[in-house]
Amino acid sequence: MAKITVNNNRCKGCGLCINACPKKCIAFSDELNKIGYHYAVLKNEKDCIGCGFCYQICPDVCIEVFR
Amino acid sequence: MEKIFSRPKALKDNPLSYCPGCGHGIIHRLVAEAIDELGIRERTIAVAPVGCAVFAYDYFNFDTTEAPHGRPPAVATGIKRTNPDKIVFTYQGDGDLAAIGTAETIHCANRGENITVIFVNNANYGMTGGQMAPTTLIGQVTETTPFGRDPLREGYPIKVAELLANLEATKYIERVTVFDAPHIIQAKKAIKKAFQNQVEGKGYSFIEVISHCPVDWGKTPLESVKWVEDVFLKTFPLGVIKDTTK
Repeated sequence: MAKITVNNNRCKGCGLCINACPKKCIAFSDELNKIGYHYAVLKNEKDCIGCGFCYQICPDVCIEVFR
Repeated sequence: MEKIFSRPKALKDNPLSYCPGCGHGIIHRLVAEAIDELGIRERTIAVAPVGCAVFAYDYFNFDTTEAPHGRPPAVATGIKRTNPDKIVFTYQGDGDLAAIGTAETIHCANRGENITVIFVNNANYGMTGGQMAPTTLIGQVTETTPFGRDPLREGYPIKVAELLANLEATKYIERVTVFDAPHIIQAKKAIKKAFQNQVEGKGYSFIEVISHCPVDWGKTPLESVKWVEDVFLKTFPLGVIKDTTK
């Protein structure tokens, strides 16, 4: 059991977490956030292993990891 | 479920002003985590540069001052000598540390001041829009080298870490990068060791962090981290360059 939460309105949509995720369970949102970006969302919560790679690479420190 | 990774206490809950994908945010977090883990937040003083990290005082949750362009080592020297019990570090970019601040950088290192220097090398002047820096790679296209850097015209990239390793007084010099998670974890260890050295009074520690600058490189964030891995690190190889702390 693991999951991440993304601070939607801080995410600038760089996509580095999507690239870093070894389980490929993060994707861009369909809608835009307040600052105009497609933000990162956890699409497949059941695949998340809580490795924290997304947290490590996030340049805006807007991801939290739970395990 | 228990929260295992979240924003460190030493990093304020403010939005970072950096471009999407910029490496500065990662390096800020690593510095903040190292300071939290060593329990030195209450007695740390940072010296910010002129450059993209000029607003560091908005992000770091400890005392931060701002030095004129290139002069953080001189300001840090003064702070450390008058407050030897404080943990003093400078956070500088390549335009600040390797260009206008070369003299201050070299003489501070040569005196072996007991400070920590975090040097963010992204191979260009980020804040002003991507002009050539002393660390720009051969052939790299920037705003001021539109046909690529030519060593006959602009010289070769300065490897500051190797340069400072030749000085007797420097204690610990390592080059790390933040283009992927395993390297970020390694970078964190190096940064923490650099602060630990200062806590133990061992002397001058210098960490060069190879970072990515997607917008000024004209690349997407994903292209820029790939470029770091494939091209940038060929000129600036990673590793411990000097360690005489043992």
